[in-house]
Amino acid sequence: MAASTSAPAIARPRAIGWARLPAWLRYTVIAALLVVVWHLYAVHKGPLVMATPWQSVQALWDGWRDGNLAHATWTTLRLLFEGIAIGIVVAAVLVAFATLSKFGEDLLAFLTAVLNPLPGVAILPLAMLIFGLNETALRFVLANATVWPLAIAVSTGFKTTNPTLVAVGRNIGLRRVRVITDILAPAALPYAVAGLKTAWAFGWRTIIAAELVFGVAGAKGGVGNYINDARLNLLPPKMFAALLVIAVLGVVFEALFGLLERRTVIRWGMKTS
Amino acid sequence: MAEATIPILEMKNAGKIYAQGARRIEALRGANLRVKKGEFICLIGASGCGKSTLLRMAAGFEAATSGEALMWDVPIAGPGPSRGMVFQDYGLFPWLSVRDNIGFGPKSRGRTKAEIRDTTERFIELVGLQNFADVHPHQLSGGMKQRVAIARALALQPTVLLMDEPFGALDAITRQRLQIELNRIVAQTDVTLLFVTHSIEEALVLGDRIVVLGNAPSTVLEVVDVTDLGGPESVEYSQMRGRLRGLLAVDQEEGEVEDHGGLD
Repeated sequence: MAASTSAPAIARPRAIGWARLPAWLRYTVIAALLVVVWHLYAVHKGPLVMATPWQSVQALWDGWRDGNLAHATWTTLRLLFEGIAIGIVVAAVLVAFATLSKFGEDLLAFLTAVLNPLPGVAILPLAMLIFGLNETALRFVLANATVWPLAIAVSTGFKTTNPTLVAVGRNIGLRRVRVITDILAPAALPYAVAGLKTAWAFGWRTIIAAELVFGVAGAKGGVGNYINDARLNLLPPKMFAALLVIAVLGVVFEALFGLLERRTVIRWGMKTS
Repeated sequence: MAEATIPILEMKNAGKIYAQGARRIEALRGANLRVKKGEFICLIGASGCGKSTLLRMAAGFEAATSGEALMWDVPIAGPGPSRGMVFQDYGLFPWLSVRDNIGFGPKSRGRTKAEIRDTTERFIELVGLQNFADVHPHQLSGGMKQRVAIARALALQPTVLLMDEPFGALDAITRQRLQIELNRIVAQTDVTLLFVTHSIEEALVLGDRIVVLGNAPSTVLEVVDVTDLGGPESVEYSQMRGRLRGLLAVDQEEGEVEDHGGLD
């Protein structure tokens, strides 16, 4: 009967068997099942197409030990951070401008409407023509992929800020720029964090895709390039090792964003967990 | 003694018309009001009668479309810290602790660290929140939140405190407790108050003078002095309450008649 006291509003079937197991065990069993399916499929397809889980882990270990995979990962992350950093700065300037002037507001509305739906990687060929086959082209593509979701989120945060907070700031004697930096910016933090999450996800997809293209073009590079190399050299284990790295990093960053939210906006009651 | 003769705040025939597209809404018409130093003035009227508009004009958030809004005989050009404002929905900054909320004003004005600390401590103590100085606003009850908001407004040592139905969202018991607190705080700080309420009782308990506003487009119907009124048990008190009720109710009826006329 203990289970019924914590039952959610919508009645679920009584916990039997599976549901009674602890969470870690349930997920471990699922993971084990998937590894078995993966292994069987890999054996079925053969070593030139698929790597078995064990081969993948070995390749991961080797790649990390000889530094190649670690280097590729770091290259990708560094470019991603640089691209997002540019995206953040540009988004901040655009949103501030949009808050201070009607022209800025219209400009931001137009740019986000046109450019946000555009998949980030679509402008890679253009970036390559403009900047050449270098990291600047990648940074440009990344900044473009991250700036729009960020700008939309932060500007929504600004617009939905309780007008009383702004009134308090003006009452204290803050001028417009200080109202933005001291009141609107922190008030929009829940939106900014959500925007950053989206920007991260967009950026992550964009850079891997862009590196695949760059890989074809022969530039030295990150994880996407590592995967493409593995494909060209018929080394599926290396490919899977890189995929594992990407998946693990995704989980880690998701957890970091969760931590950031718990430490800030959730702790301050600005967002319910 | 120029200060004694010049009112802190003065509305001269002040009117406000809001333009919403083609529609023009007249919220206030020909309002006259003088607030002298150290007075506690309650603005009373039915909902939507323009009392908040009058207060926001005093704060500098709205400009009068006719007549004048003056402070120390000078037209009010915009909001400023000499007229601290307290809002019904508190307007506390959720990302700051109680202490930092109260210290926000002095910090924004570029006071020194020591000054900010001293001021903050003093006003935390004044509103009795010593044990809650480090919590964030969402952990506080409504009454406590409003105490923080009052302390924050007072921390810049305003000449006049403008309060827009500050206890309107609170339960009856908390409201009564805060009314007593406010009277104590006012006695300790010598601040001048312009206090908007729609509760006759609240106005009688708190005010030195009560300014009664009629329905929109409203103007000042009457200003009554309630300084020497006895307690709620006294004859004068209930007479005054009856008179204020009469003023507000009569006006309401007229308002309704006008509304019907408008519909026809």
